Amino acid sequence: MSPRLALSLALKEILRNKARFVSIGAVIALITTLILFLAGLGEGLALGNRQYVSGLGADLLVYQRTADLQIAASQFDRSAVASVRRVGGVADVGAIAFSSTVAEPTQARARGAPGVSGARAAEADASTGANGLRVSLIGVEPGRPGDPPVLEGSGFTSASGNEVVLGRQAALRTGLKVGDVLTVRSTQGAVDERYDLRVVGIAGGQQYQIAPSILVPLVTFERIKPKANLQDDPRALLFNVVAVKGAAGVAPSTLARRVESQVRSVRAVDLTTAYQNIPGYSAQQSTLNTQSAFTLIIGILVVGGFFQIQTLQKLGQIGMLKAIGASNALVAGETVLQIVLVNLAGVVVGALGTAVLAATFPGTVPIVFQRGNVLTALVGLLVIGPLGGLVALRAVLRVEPLRALGLGK
Amino acid sequence: MTGRRPWDPGPDAAATGRDARVGAGAPSPAASGRQGSTRGGGGSEAPALVAEGLRKTYALGRQTIRAVDGVSMTLRRGEFVALVGPSGSGKTSILAMLAGLLRPTEGSVHIAGEDLGGLADRRLARFRRRNIGFTFQQNNLVPYLTVLENVTLMLSLNGRYDGEGARRARELLERLGLGDRLRSLPSQLSGGQQQRVAIARALIHQPPVVLADEPTASLDTERAHQVVDTFANLIHHDRRAGIMVTHDLRMCRVVDRVVVLRDGTVDRTIEDRAVIERLAEEALI
Repeated sequence: MSPRLALSLALKEILRNKARFVSIGAVIALITTLILFLAGLGEGLALGNRQYVSGLGADLLVYQRTADLQIAASQFDRSAVASVRRVGGVADVGAIAFSSTVAEPTQARARGAPGVSGARAAEADASTGANGLRVSLIGVEPGRPGDPPVLEGSGFTSASGNEVVLGRQAALRTGLKVGDVLTVRSTQGAVDERYDLRVVGIAGGQQYQIAPSILVPLVTFERIKPKANLQDDPRALLFNVVAVKGAAGVAPSTLARRVESQVRSVRAVDLTTAYQNIPGYSAQQSTLNTQSAFTLIIGILVVGGFFQIQTLQKLGQIGMLKAIGASNALVAGETVLQIVLVNLAGVVVGALGTAVLAATFPGTVPIVFQRGNVLTALVGLLVIGPLGGLVALRAVLRVEPLRALGLGK
Repeated sequence: MTGRRPWDPGPDAAATGRDARVGAGAPSPAASGRQGSTRGGGGSEAPALVAEGLRKTYALGRQTIRAVDGVSMTLRRGEFVALVGPSGSGKTSILAMLAGLLRPTEGSVHIAGEDLGGLADRRLARFRRRNIGFTFQQNNLVPYLTVLENVTLMLSLNGRYDGEGARRARELLERLGLGDRLRSLPSQLSGGQQQRVAIARALIHQPPVVLADEPTASLDTERAHQVVDTFANLIHHDRRAGIMVTHDLRMCRVVDRVVVLRDGTVDRTIEDRAVIERLAEEALI
């Protein structure tokens, strides 16, 4: 049976029943938008959690063994770095410490910070909020693994200066540029202290735990990080994890085994394992993936239900077509083509709508459309139509031509 | 009960019992007096349709229902036959078997020399679209195709749609008084117009056999007569073999033969023109 005839019949039915097919196309478009946004939100949140860790420029992250791969629970001193550095196959190591703090609103500090214009201050304040911007404070060893390459500025010029490198999101939301001064509010004991840090560089995206990151030298970190106990010796230089870069040709798994066997009470894992163990990361991703899967299933049921109802309404007509000699291939082909065409149109409209909608979102909204994820979602969406239509197709194939005479099942 | 049932044609009927066969080569009883009619007198022409000993039984629990019980009939080109009978007499089952839509429990159907029983489902579908024209009681037309498209659909199904086919379809529709409705959708037509479109579709691919299931069931009297007149004219003029199932005896005035069915068998066959016309007239009362 001619595929052209099936296509012609499918198109004529769609074009002459626009309202019916536009309504199901709109449902598919909305499902597409929902799934793409869920995928984008999933990727955005995942990136917000893992961006700094996954882009460390290292092969392994070393934790205190008893910390159960929780960064905040892992604590080392300088001797650990030295021990790891001595392991064969290690090219470089860098200690990294994590905390969080608040970047003060620009206007509040503008009086004492020359170079910050009123307009820029107001713009940034809208983003940071009146109480300041909560940021991840990350202490790194300048020039070592963990210290990200800067896109603007010089980067750290000393290992202990009052200098800060802003992640892209922190720069966007504070409105600060290289050479500006960032004031960090940090609770020391029971008192809020303020520290002025000169912006010496702006790096790419460096989010950690869904917060923009600011990076400071480890020594500075130790001084300005929020502390409950002021008796702590700031020269002790405690940190959370050690980033390890392996020598060329050494497999990360081999290196991890060596580190674990040669350094006492540590656990070394690759970066993927590391960010998957960031608190909430896996739970968040599985929640979003479950939502996407359910949305896809709902899509299959909705599309399937629509075409099933439409087929049930057409049983007499299909029986008539078969009675006058139309083959199963023709009536099935018409049904499949209709499903594919309507589904395709709905997915394309939904994808375009998503793109237009996403373009209106501010850069601070954690939605990231990653090509692989979007393609996977689109393929899933293109499959839901035919999957949903299987029941309708079965009904079409089972219609007996006898139905045209009012006989048959 | 002494009154005659509508299906009972009375003592004058030329009853031929179970076998509704008309001898090959015998002129149709209604042949005379019709202008330009070429039907019936086929001489040695092979019959368009031959059904022999058709039997259809259904299992209903432990019971066996005999819907059709030993029906035979032969139709030549240009002959128009009405199957009449009360509900449950087997009219539609016989029509379905003649069309190859229902396989008989026993017996055979030959159309244009082909034994339908020997065809697998796919070949049977192909055979139907080439050799049989249909009109139905309902769901007659494809609702999203225009009048012209509904008619040319048969040509498309047969892979014979071309400019010449489209021209013939237009001509046929003009003959049926639908020349100004070619681009209308079925929903924009009256019931009678829809039936005329169905008739055009049944004839456009020039099948040897045309089958009509209650073609006037949903029409008022005037439109019903228009439809069967048109149908009969085309069958006679184009020399098709036509079978019409109807419960409306008034429509029988245009046929050449009336086959009366009862309980799945041929109760009698009426070939006498006068009897057929009297039957139709009495039904009018």
